[in-house]
Order: sequence, then structure tokens, then C-alpha cells
Amino acid sequence: MERGFTMTKTAYNTAELVTVMSARALEDGKLVFGGAGMPLISCILAQKTHAPKLTILFEGGVIGPHIEPGRLPPSTNEQRCARKANMLLSITDVLLLQQRGYVDYGFLGGAQIDQYGNLNSSFIGDPDNPKVRLPGTGGANPIASLASKILVAMHHERKRFVEKVDFITAPGYLQGGDTREKAGLTEGGVYQVITHLGIFGFDKITRRMRLQALHPGASVEDVKERTGFEMLIPDQLSCTDPPTEEELRILRELDPEQRYTSPKE
Amino acid sequence: MAKSYRELREIIDKKDRGLREKVMSLEEAVGMIKDGDHVAAGGCHYSKTPMATVWEMIRQKKKALIYSRSITSTEGDLLLVAGVTKHVVTSWFSPGVTWGVSRVMRHYMQEGLAVFEEWSHMSLGLRYRAGAMGIPFMPTRDMLGSDLFPRVTIKEMDCPYTGDKLALVPALNPDVAILHTQRCDPYGNVQNDGLPFMDQDIALAANKVIITTERIISNDQVRRAPDRTDIPFFCVDAVVEVPYGCLPHECYGEYEPDFHHMDHYVKIMMGKGPDGVKEYLDQYVYGPATWNDYLQMLGFKHILQATVNGKGVYND
Repeated sequence: MERGFTMTKTAYNTAELVTVMSARALEDGKLVFGGAGMPLISCILAQKTHAPKLTILFEGGVIGPHIEPGRLPPSTNEQRCARKANMLLSITDVLLLQQRGYVDYGFLGGAQIDQYGNLNSSFIGDPDNPKVRLPGTGGANPIASLASKILVAMHHERKRFVEKVDFITAPGYLQGGDTREKAGLTEGGVYQVITHLGIFGFDKITRRMRLQALHPGASVEDVKERTGFEMLIPDQLSCTDPPTEEELRILRELDPEQRYTSPKE
Repeated sequence: MAKSYRELREIIDKKDRGLREKVMSLEEAVGMIKDGDHVAAGGCHYSKTPMATVWEMIRQKKKALIYSRSITSTEGDLLLVAGVTKHVVTSWFSPGVTWGVSRVMRHYMQEGLAVFEEWSHMSLGLRYRAGAMGIPFMPTRDMLGSDLFPRVTIKEMDCPYTGDKLALVPALNPDVAILHTQRCDPYGNVQNDGLPFMDQDIALAANKVIITTERIISNDQVRRAPDRTDIPFFCVDAVVEVPYGCLPHECYGEYEPDFHHMDHYVKIMMGKGPDGVKEYLDQYVYGPATWNDYLQMLGFKHILQATVNGKGVYND
């Protein structure tokens, strides 16, 4: 537990904080691609609080399921994901809904993120001689290329927030400026990065990552210390409201064993 | 080497496409796969995995296969360690999020013992679809700008109508498709329940199709609900009845994964790496005389639990 995380009566851990803050970023009436684990919990939490008309899509080929508390699917490609859905369709077709423009939010994580919001889930080290071969893109690349707004939820660590990712698995703003548009990715882009320290956006011109709001108890120094590149810090900073009792109660109903929301440090 | 359109047409032309029975044993069906073939598996991750077919491919000591699948789970580890493939074409490769990154995949890829050809999930799907459509490529707006792009065979073009920049992914026509389904008639009319994954495109793209099915149903039963048929009989070359043919993975509406066995496997695989998987293969793949003997080893209690969970998909 980090200092200052006790403003709500119930104490909460860093993963729960990120989950709640991510849920709040999702607007009602929109469509979101939910990944397995924490992103999915955020989506359901949003549905059960401020966004009852939020529709969840799964890469496995699912539109609008109802996921049972305590029976969260460990993959987005299996039958628990399909529970009480509106429609099941092929993987290719559900991913193509994004290309058509139907999908508002994509929800991603990764082993590394850089100052332009590029994500790496493929290689650590030199891709031709990697230190670690990671599982790969899955749907992350098409989601990052085609959903209207990308949300990235990650634990804030210096080794994850790097100057340049070892490999661009899922494109953010590439090399900054208009490089994303020039590569043919004319739509979408990273909208917010949500960590256990704060919420981050991107400068409209340079496309560099910029601190937007700090979570209760976190400081600009914490952010700088845990970021491996120069974070843009605006003069005026807002602070997020801590998770409410209600948000934490629903969250713990969804993931009673803390399989996906166990403390990260 | 990708086949020309003429070659692909000739293969279909020579295929006996009459309404004929194709029911055979697992051994006979897998015998249709030749060393060096590109084998595409249906399902995704630990769902609808044609596990019995993979199991028999290992027992028949197939060599130098190219293996493709939308997302590859534990079956990919088994194929690598058994020496069946050194080339996996997929979008994501590990048992599942909660089980961590496959130590076997890491070993083979980090040591340069095998190739993990990484495509985006959508682009791989579009490659099968282009193959199913009989066209040489499909334009897409993903993969652009990323580092996935230069590592695989892919070209860019400006759209001749709009000028939009597009990535062109090449068609994939597998030599053999291996698919599992809930129901299929003796002629090969496949009726899937639940998540369709990429199975239909893979079947239409492939030159040969091997179907394993939970149950063989009559052609009359198919004709009572022709709207439920996903793969037409003339695509299919072999029909094999293999109840619980995906275990320890799941089959929609029939059984969830045998999570007990998945945990058991992952413990061995993550604990001892490829050596552990060698022991696993000896015990669970080379050891049992038949697929049913393998099921016996998983245990009635666990299969029953997986079945109860699997059928729960229809509960309110």
C-alpha cells in the first residue's frame, strides 16, 4: 500500500485504483473492446455505475455479453465471454467493426509504453536476439490502429515507461507529430494512459505524453521518478477523486479472489 | 511457397466433391497430413482446439509442418517440443493470461530454435479470408506503422480510388485445415455452436479439411436446420467422431477447459520448461493407447466438472 491511499474509509490497492479510474473514463452509450483481466473488470464496473448502456465487445467474437461476478473469463476467446451476449461472430468480423468505425474505446496494456504512447507486447531487447520473447499482439495492433480512442491502463514503473519501446506492437503516435497519420493511421490514437499515479494525455502538436491529473496522494516527483522519459507537466494540475465505497464494493464482488486486482506493490 | 491460383484451382478440381461418406479413424485422417504441410488449426486459444488431431500428429511424428492459428495456447508448446513444427504463424502464443508467458515458447524463440511469425489477429483472419475468397491479398488499415510490419511479407499501397494508404496482407491457403465441431454429418456438413472463431474461412481457404466432431449426426438432421450449417460437405475430406476432442481445452456448450489439468500442465511446463513437456508427452501423448485412454488419465471427476461448467452456458 502506498502512502496517502486511505482517503476513502476502505483502503484500496494500486490495481484497484487503476481499475476504478479506468472505469470512470468510459462514457455511457459507447462501445468498448474489453481485454481479459483488469480492463474487463473496468468495463463491468462502468456498466454497474455510471454507464449502464456501455456495450462490451470481445476479440473472441462477442457483442454485448453479461459476465457473471466471480466467473470472469481468463481469456477473451472462450465461452464464459459469450454469456448472454447479443451476438456471436467471427474474430475477423468483430475486429473489422473497428475498421468500420463502430468502436469507441480500445483498452490496452503492455510490457512497455513510450512517450508517444506506442506499446510493446512482443520483445524485450533486440527483436532479432531478444532477452524475452513476449506472447505478441493478439488484437492489440488492430485495436490501437482502429478504435476511436485508446485507453492504456498500466502500473507506473520506470522500466515500463521508456524513452523508446524495444518494438512497436501496437501503434500510438509513432515518432510523434503527424507520423501516425502519415503511416496511414488516420483515425484514433491514444486518448488516456491511466496508472496508479495519475491520468496522462498527449500534446496535440508534438504528441508527447503529458500529465493530466494526479491520483490522491501521488506527486509530480513520484511521476518523474517512475518515468524513463521527460514527462510534460502542465502548470495547472487537477486531482482525481479517490475510489468510492460503492466502486470498491462492486469491484470486489466481480473479482472476489483478487485474481486480476491484486496489489502490484 | 504459396501456390498459384491455377494450382489452387486444380487441387479443388481434382477433389471428389460428391455427397459421399468420409467417416474414418483419427489415425487415417491424420495420415492425410504430409511432412512440410502448412496446417491451420481452428478455434482460438484454449477454445475449440482440435486437440485430438494435434495429439495424433505428434504420435505420427509429423515433421517440418508450418502451424498457424489465430491464437496459440498449450498445443503450440507440445508441437514445438515434439519436433512437429519449427514455424508457428500466430498473433499471440501462451497458455492464457492467468498462466503467464510460455517458457517453452520463450525457449524456442529466444534460442532461435523456431520461428514465431507474428501477425495481428485481424490481419491473420484477413489472410484466411482472402484465401477463402480466392483472391491473392486483402487490403487492411491495421499493421501500418508498427514494427510487426517489416518482419512479415506485407506490402503497402495507395488506394487507386481514394489515395488512402493501405496494408496488403497475402492470402493464406493452408494445405490442411484441422477443425473441431460439436456436430457434423458423415458427409462433412459441419454445424457449430457458439463462437465461430475463424473456422469457416480456414475451411474454405484450405486444400484439405479434417473435421473432428463431438458427435456424428445424420444428414437428415442437418437438413432439418440447414441454416445452422457453417461448412459445406464438399470442402471436407475427413470426418472423425472424437468426444471430448478438445480436452484439456474447451468446446462451447459441451465442456469448459479442464482447469485442473491446465494448471497441472502449466506447472510442469513453467517449472521444467521443454524437459518437463518431454515428460508430459511421454505420459499423456505417447503413453495412452487411444484418445479415450488419454481421457481416462485426465480423470472422470475433472471431466464431469468441465462438462457441468460447459453446459452452464445455456443457463439463465
